[in-house]
Amino acid sequence: MSMLVVNDLAVSYGNINAVQGVSFRVEPGELVALIGANGAGKSSTLNCLAGLLPAKRGDVQLQGQSLNRVPAHDRVAHGMALVPEGRGIFSRLTVLENLQMGAYRRDDKSVVRQELTQVFEMFPRLQERRDQLAGTLSGGEQQMVAIGRALMTKPQLLLLDEPSMGLAPLLVEQIFATVATVAKSGVAILLVEQNAQLALQLSQRAYVMENGRITLEGDSAGLLQDVRVRQAYLGE
Amino acid sequence: MDIFVQQLFNGIILGSIYALIALGYTMVYGILGLINFAHGEVVMIGAMVTITLLRILVEMNTGLPAAALVALAITTALPLCALLGFTLERVAYRPLRNAPRLSPLITAIGLSIILQNLAMIIWGRNYAPFPPILDTTPWKILGAAITPLQVVIVILAVAIMAGLWLLIGRTRKGRAMRAVAQNPNAARLMGVNVDGIISLTFVLGSSLGCIAGVMVAANYGQAHATMGFMLGLKAFAAAVLGGIGNLAGAMIGGLLLGLIESFGAGYIGDLTGGFLGSQYQDVFAFLVLILVLVFRPSGLMGERVAERA
Ligand SMILES: Nc1ncnc2c1ncn2[C@@H]1O[C@H](COP(=O)(O)OP(=O)(O)OP(=O)(O)O)[C@@H](O)[C@H]1O
Ligand SMILES: [Mg+2]
Repeated sequence: MSMLVVNDLAVSYGNINAVQGVSFRVEPGELVALIGANGAGKSSTLNCLAGLLPAKRGDVQLQGQSLNRVPAHDRVAHGMALVPEGRGIFSRLTVLENLQMGAYRRDDKSVVRQELTQVFEMFPRLQERRDQLAGTLSGGEQQMVAIGRALMTKPQLLLLDEPSMGLAPLLVEQIFATVATVAKSGVAILLVEQNAQLALQLSQRAYVMENGRITLEGDSAGLLQDVRVRQAYLGE
Repeated sequence: MDIFVQQLFNGIILGSIYALIALGYTMVYGILGLINFAHGEVVMIGAMVTITLLRILVEMNTGLPAAALVALAITTALPLCALLGFTLERVAYRPLRNAPRLSPLITAIGLSIILQNLAMIIWGRNYAPFPPILDTTPWKILGAAITPLQVVIVILAVAIMAGLWLLIGRTRKGRAMRAVAQNPNAARLMGVNVDGIISLTFVLGSSLGCIAGVMVAANYGQAHATMGFMLGLKAFAAAVLGGIGNLAGAMIGGLLLGLIESFGAGYIGDLTGGFLGSQYQDVFAFLVLILVLVFRPSGLMGERVAERA
């Protein structure tokens, strides 16, 4: 069974049609990239998947279960987590409290504690700053908090919206390495990125979005060689 | 010296009551950016319902000690006020959540007027006396008088505030409340039912308000259908003084305002050569409000009011 199946999803803001009927899927354990220019509708798609925006039409299924009527706050319980664009950390909560928020819906205390340790192992810098207010962290550290917090929900599908945004190259590498590690651990990932090169290198398959529609799709290695992709997104 | 100590006591008593009410304003503001002007009426209804129940209990001649009667009355009034706060949010504020900021504000003022008039229909225009069952023989401490009731008021207020502090600072629900106040959508992504947290905030604030209302009624020996107006405004001034949206600010602002009022009323006669008397007590709250708004709009502990307003 597919992890995520999206069928003819449309999102609009008033009379602005941001997403105009997109269909795609993510298989279990797969890392799928969604690339496209500014304003293509990538964030709108992810926010709608997470339930923050209503779908104008279309159908979203997570592991065969329809999410259409599931409110945003219950989607985590179904195994879906979103790291939103701009990170959305709780700036006046400490790093530890931010991570604990990820486990808000979980009752398995001892497992949660173990996973907290794992997140701190993955991001040792967060361990050092665990009692610091998250708003005082650097951009890269905040992105670590956002990813760590999403992992604390124990997702089966992780939606990442431009995790590299605004980060120095070294940090981008580190964040992408983390994403690769998470993917290896079996979590399915849908990665939205402006950095098409990196996204296509990391992912198995990819979709290209333009003006609210998916215009290209295929395995990432192939798309990396595709002339249209190279011209539009890889600066050739 | 005696007067000084007396005003200090009065200020602390008054201040702890203001603080309890101010917390209701500040919690709601912190989470919704809304000034719930009907909060003072919740305080009033807490007082009126408790008095009504107390009268019935006294007439029943239960033989229970006075403290037990008051406790019994409060345990009925408390859920009622909580329900009232819950309902106000559900029915009046929630539908306006995405409306321009002026709409919920006007609604709040409208609700306040409705509740006040409703209370007048139910309880009349006269003062409702608090049944004289509590011991009001004052103790003399450092030359000043303080009644056992007043000591209980202060201790109870401090205990409630400590409890609230722990709830919000240390528990999972409290963490979720702070998260929702900072970033509701991110909180949703963590699985927090934001509407539920908002309801909880109203329930908590209204419960504190109810207890504060009973304290006022017990302390002054009476309550009135319009008492919520001035109390609400003053507690609002206290919340602004502390920095609206900030819990510690509401507590400190409440206490400070109580002290300012009490010392102001105590010494205004001396300061103005007898020209103004202690009946001008109410002026201080608004003087404070204006001064804070002019010189430090974010309040003593506040951070970012400007960005929200
Ligand atoms: N809150 C909003 N109100 C109105 N229009 C919006 C809103 N958010 C996005 N849009 C519009 O919807 C379209 C898609 O925006 P979206 O943020 O989904 O694009 P994106 O692919 O994520 O872009 P970027 O790469 O810049 O993040 C854009 O035309 C944008 O202007
Ligand atoms: Mg975007």
